[in-house]
Amino acid sequence: MIQAAWAYLLSHPKLFRDALVTHLTLSGSGLAIAAILAVPLGILLSQSPRAALLAINAANIGRTVPSLAVLAIMLPVLGTGFLPSLVALTLLAIPPILINAYVGIRQVDPDAVESAVGMGMTRLQVMAKIELPVALPVISAGVRTAAVQVVAGATLAAFIGGGGLGDFITSGIALMQLPLLLLGAVPIALLAIGTELLFHRLERALTPRGMRSGSS
Amino acid sequence: MIRLKSLTKIFPGQATPAVDQLSLEVPAGQTCVLIGPSGCGKTTTLKMINRLVEPTGGRIVVGGEDVTGMDPVALRRRMGYVIQQIGLFPHMTIAENIATVPRLVGWPAARIAARVDEMLTLVGMDPAIHRTRYPRELSGGQRQRVGVARALAGDPPVMLMDEPFGAIDPITRGRLQNEFLKILKAIRKTVVFVTHDVDEAIKMGDRIAILRDGRLVQYGTPDEILARPANAFVEEFVGTDRALKRLALVTVREVMRTDTHASPPRPCASIPEDATVKEALSAILALNGESLAVVDQEGRLLGHVTLRQIQELVAGRSDPIP
Ligand SMILES: Nc1ncnc2c1ncn2[C@@H]1O[C@H](COP(=O)(O)OP(=O)(O)OP(=O)(O)O)[C@@H](O)[C@H]1O
Ligand SMILES: [Mg+2]
Repeated sequence: MIQAAWAYLLSHPKLFRDALVTHLTLSGSGLAIAAILAVPLGILLSQSPRAALLAINAANIGRTVPSLAVLAIMLPVLGTGFLPSLVALTLLAIPPILINAYVGIRQVDPDAVESAVGMGMTRLQVMAKIELPVALPVISAGVRTAAVQVVAGATLAAFIGGGGLGDFITSGIALMQLPLLLLGAVPIALLAIGTELLFHRLERALTPRGMRSGSS
Repeated sequence: MIRLKSLTKIFPGQATPAVDQLSLEVPAGQTCVLIGPSGCGKTTTLKMINRLVEPTGGRIVVGGEDVTGMDPVALRRRMGYVIQQIGLFPHMTIAENIATVPRLVGWPAARIAARVDEMLTLVGMDPAIHRTRYPRELSGGQRQRVGVARALAGDPPVMLMDEPFGAIDPITRGRLQNEFLKILKAIRKTVVFVTHDVDEAIKMGDRIAILRDGRLVQYGTPDEILARPANAFVEEFVGTDRALKRLALVTVREVMRTDTHASPPRPCASIPEDATVKEALSAILALNGESLAVVDQEGRLLGHVTLRQIQELVAGRSDPIP
C-alpha cells in the first residue's frame, strides 16, 4: 500500500509538490499573521489586567472551538478558496500565541521588574530589556503549539477548497483509495512532528542561557 | 540631604495608613536606619523616596528639590536601590546585572567592565569566577551581595537599601557591614537603610528612626536611643542589654590608656585598635583576665584596656546624657 502511494507520488511529482507548497504556504502565512497580531496584543494586554481578562477568556473559548468548526463558520462568510482557509488558520493560531504572550509577560518575576524600575529604567526599557527576554521562552512555546495546530489544521483547508495535502485525503476518501489518502496523511503527520521539533529547538535557542534548565 | 515632611501613605482600600505623618531629616552624607516590627512601613517609606509608591500626603525633599516635581527615571538613576527580595535579572550574567545603571547612563564599555570587577571585589566575590555566572548559579547570600554591588555600581549619591544583608550568614554579614562602612567613609553617601536587626542598626546608623504602625516613635543617634529610649516600646525593642550595646558604639582606641606603656599590668592577650569595647569586654571575660593590650594593624602595642575601665565607662554612661 505504501508502495502504491510511493508509486503515485513518483508518477505525479508536480501534483504532490504543489499540494505541499500550498500546505506550507497556508500554515506558514497563517502562523506568521497570527504571531504578528497576537504577540503584541498579548503584551499589550499584560499591561491592563482588566482588558486582559476579557480577551484571554475569549481566546480560551476560541481555543476550544474545533478547527473544522472554524472552517465551517468561515464558509458562509468568506466563501471557499485560499483566502478563507488562511483566515481560518490564522484564527486557529491566535489563541495559544495570545495566551502565552500574556502569561509570559505576567509571570516575569515582579521583584526583577521592581528593581529594574527602581534603578531608573523607563517602561519601554523594562519591557525590552527585562520582560520580553524573560518571557521569550513562554511566548515561543505558544508559537510552537500554534504551529503544530496550524500544520495539522491546514489539512481541513481541503474541505473549503483551500488546497494543500488535505486534498489527497479528501479525494482518497471519496475514491476509496487508501494509497492516495496515505499520500496526504503521512506527510502531514511528518510535517507536524517536524514542526514540533523545529520549534522546540527554536524555543531553546531563544531561552536565555541563565534560564535554561539542565545547563549550569 | 533627604527631608521627609508629614509623609503619609494610605493604600487604597486600607483603613489605617501604612506610613503616618512621618517627618525626619537625613543630613547629607549620613546613614539613617529605619527599624521597626514587620509591617511598620519601612519598605513603603523607602519606595516613596524613589517614587515607586506615590505618597498620599506630605513632602519629600532630596538635595533641596521636591521629589514630586522631578522626572522619576532621572531621580532613580541617582539613587542606588537594593530591594528586599534582591530582584536580580535571571537572564543576565552577574556582570550584566551589575552593569545595569552604568549602561543606562551610557558609560563607555571599558569603564563599565572595570567597574563591574571593582564592585565584585568590593563585595568579596572573585570577578574571574562570578562575572559570567547567572543569578541562579549563586547562593542566596551571594545574590544579595550582587544586589548591593548592582546598586552601588553607578556611584549614586543616595542609597536606599531594604534589608540588604538579611539573607547572609553572620560572618559574611559582619564583613559586608564593615566593607560598606568603609565605602561610606571613602565616598560620603546619604543612605536610608532598612533593617530588622538592632545590632545592625546601631552599627550602620548615624541616626536611627524607630517606626511603629507607620509612625515615628524615636529618631536619634544610636547612643541617644540606647541611653534614653523614648518609651517602653523602644526600650523593649532595643533589648535589655542596652548597656552592653552601647559598648559596641565605642572602639578600644577611643578609651584605651596609653600611660601603661612602660609596665603593662600583666602579660596579656591583644586586641586590634578598631575593635569595639563590647568585643574587648567579651574577650576579657572569655580569657578570665583583667586587661587586653591594644595593638595596631602591624601588631605594635598602643595601650591597654582594663575591665575596671570598662566598668567605669558603663557606670559613667548609664546616666542620662545631658
Ligand atoms: N501595595 C500595597 N497595597 C496595600 N497594602 C500594602 C502595600 N504595600 C504594603 N502594604 C501594607 O502597608 C504596611 C506597611 O508595609 P511595608 O512593606 O512598608 O512594611 P515593612 O516595614 O517593610 O515590613 P517588613 O519588615 O515585613 O518588610 C503593611 O501593613 C502592608 O500590609
Ligand atoms: Mg519591608
